[in-house]
Amino acid sequence: MSLHPVVTAEQELEEVHSDVVGRGPWALAWRRLRADRVAMGSLAVVVLMVLIAVFAPVFAHITGHPPNMQYHQAGLTPDGLPKAPNSTFWLGTDDLGRDILVRIAYGARISLGVGVVATLLTVVVGVVLGLLAGFLGGFVDLVIARLVDLVLSIPFLLVAIALVSVSGPSLTITVLVISMFSWASMARIVRGQVLFLKEREFVEAARSLGASDLRIMFVDVLPNVLAPVIVYTTLLIPVVIIVQATLSFLGLGLPAPAADWGGMISEAQNYYTVAWWFVLFPSLALLITTIAFNLLGDGVRDAVDPRIDRLVRPR
Amino acid sequence: MARFLVVRTLTGLFVLWLITIAVFVLFFVAPSNVARTLAGHQATPQTIALINHRLGLDRPLWQQYLDFVGNALHGNLGYDYYHQEPVTTIIRQAFPITLSLAVGAAIIWLLLGVYNGVVSATHPRSVRDRALTVTSLVFYSMPSFVLGLGALYFLYYKLTLAGYAWFPAGGYVPLSAGVGPWVQHLVLPWLTIALVSAATYTRLSRASMLDVLGEDYIRTAEAKGLGQRRVTYRHALRSALTPVVTQFGIDLGQLVGGVVITEQIFSLPGLGKTAVTAITQQDLPVIIGIVLVASTAVVIANILVDLCYAYLDPRVRLT
Repeated sequence: MSLHPVVTAEQELEEVHSDVVGRGPWALAWRRLRADRVAMGSLAVVVLMVLIAVFAPVFAHITGHPPNMQYHQAGLTPDGLPKAPNSTFWLGTDDLGRDILVRIAYGARISLGVGVVATLLTVVVGVVLGLLAGFLGGFVDLVIARLVDLVLSIPFLLVAIALVSVSGPSLTITVLVISMFSWASMARIVRGQVLFLKEREFVEAARSLGASDLRIMFVDVLPNVLAPVIVYTTLLIPVVIIVQATLSFLGLGLPAPAADWGGMISEAQNYYTVAWWFVLFPSLALLITTIAFNLLGDGVRDAVDPRIDRLVRPR
Repeated sequence: MARFLVVRTLTGLFVLWLITIAVFVLFFVAPSNVARTLAGHQATPQTIALINHRLGLDRPLWQQYLDFVGNALHGNLGYDYYHQEPVTTIIRQAFPITLSLAVGAAIIWLLLGVYNGVVSATHPRSVRDRALTVTSLVFYSMPSFVLGLGALYFLYYKLTLAGYAWFPAGGYVPLSAGVGPWVQHLVLPWLTIALVSAATYTRLSRASMLDVLGEDYIRTAEAKGLGQRRVTYRHALRSALTPVVTQFGIDLGQLVGGVVITEQIFSLPGLGKTAVTAITQQDLPVIIGIVLVASTAVVIANILVDLCYAYLDPRVRLT
C-alpha cells in the first residue's frame, strides 16, 4: 500500500475537468487583483473615503457641529486664532472657528464627486472620439487628431483658470473644464488600439454578416479596448482630484463657505506657522485619497495586463 | 529635415492662431467691467463710454481681433488696460523668472527621475527598488501646493526658528545679483516642482527600462562581455528614453502653466502669477500675450521632442 494514491490517466483527467471552470479574462483579472494585497488595501481606503463622503452628515451629528457653523467663542482662541485639536474639535478648528473634521468629511463629497463625474465624462468623450477617429479614418480622423493636438498644446492650467474666472466658479464648470482638457489622451490611446483592431478578422466577419459601422464600433470593437480604458480611468481619477483641489486652492473652486479640501488648504496657508493642524489634516485627506487611487490603479493595471511582471528578471 | 521643420513650424503657427481666436472669443463672451473698474463707482456713463472708446472696446469684435493680429505680427502685443504698459515689456520682465524656475526644475527632475528609474529597474524587487517605488508614488500623488506648503513649513519656518536661515520664504533675485542669492531663492520652488514631476519619470523610466532590459540585444551586449554599467547606460537607457522624452515634451510645454501654483506660493512675479492677476482683472491683452507665449513654448517643445526621437532611435524618419 502506498500513501500516495495511484491516479489513472482517466481519473486525473476527470479531476482536472472538475477543477477547471471557464473563466473569462475579466474573472481572471479580478482574481489577480484580489490576490494583490496592496491593491485590496487601497481599495479598502477608497471605500472608506466614499463612506466618509456619503455619511458626512453623521460626522456633523456626532460632533454636533454643522459644516459651516462658526464657533467664535468655543472654536477660537482669545486672540481669534484657530484652536488645536481637543475633545470638542477632534481635528481642531479653522480660522473662522469651524470644525475641521466635519469640513473634511463634507469635502470628501466634492473631491470624490468631481473626481468620478469628471473622469466618467472624460472617458465617454475620449472613447467615442477615439473610436470614431480610429475606425472611420480619413477626414474624421484628421479633424479629431488635429483637435487632440490643439488641446494638448494649450497650457491647461492657465486656460482653465481663465475659463473658470470668466464663467464664475461652480461645480459644473469645474467638471466641464477638467473633462474638456483631459479627453485628448484617452482619445489617443483608444484610437491607437482601434487602428490595430479594425484590421482583425472578427471585424471583417461582422461586416460580412451585414453589421453597420456603428454596430461594429460599439458592439465588436469597444469591448476589446476596455482593458486599457479601465486602467487609464483608474489612474485618471487621482489626477482629476488633484486638478480640482488645485483650482480650489487658487480660489476657483466652490464659492465660500462650501467645504472643499483644496479651498481649506488655501485658507490655511496664511496660518501655517500658528496652526499646523489647519494645513495638515486637509492635506492628509487629499494625499491619502490620491495615493489610494494610484495604488489601486497600479494594481488594476497589473491585474489586467500581467505582462510587466514576467519581464522582471533577477539580475 | 528642412521640410520637417517648415511643416511643423507652419502647423505650430496654425495652432497658435486658433488659440488667439479661442481666447478672444472667450473673454468677449463674458461681460467686461474693465471700464467700470478703471473709472470707479462714481463714474458717469459718459466717462465709461469714453474709456471704452480709448481702449478700443467699443469697436466690433472682428475689428479688434484684426487689429490685434496686425499688431502682433509687428511684434506689438498691445498695452495693458490699467497702466498702459506694453504687454511685451510685462512679459519680458516676468519671463526670466519663469524661465529660471522652469529650466532649473526640469534639469533636477529629469536627472533625479531617470536615475532613480534606472536604479529601480536594474535592481528589481530589491529594497532600494521598493523604497524608490513607494517614495515616487507618494510624490506622484502629492498636489504641488501641498508639497510647497510643506517645504515652507519645514525648510523655511522650522529651520529659521532653529537658527538656520538657509532658505527665504519667497521672492526673486535676478541672476545678475549673483549666483548664490539666485539659487538660494529658487531652491525651494525648484524642489517643489521637481520632486512632484520626478516621480512620474521614475515610474516611467523604470517601466520602460524593464521592458528594454528583457530585449535580445541587451543579452547580446552582455554576452559580448560589456560591463554592466555600459550595457545599462549606453545600450538600454538610450532606447528606454523614448517614452520619457514624449512625457518631457508634454511637461515642458505645460510647465509654463504649471508654475502658476509654485509662483503663487513662493511669491515669484513670473508669468504664472502675472497671468493669474491679469485674469482676475480681465486684463485681456496681458492674458492673450501670456497664453501665446505659453503655447509657443508647447509648440517649440513638441518640435524639439520629435528631433530627439530621431536622435534616440535612428529608425525614426523626420517627414
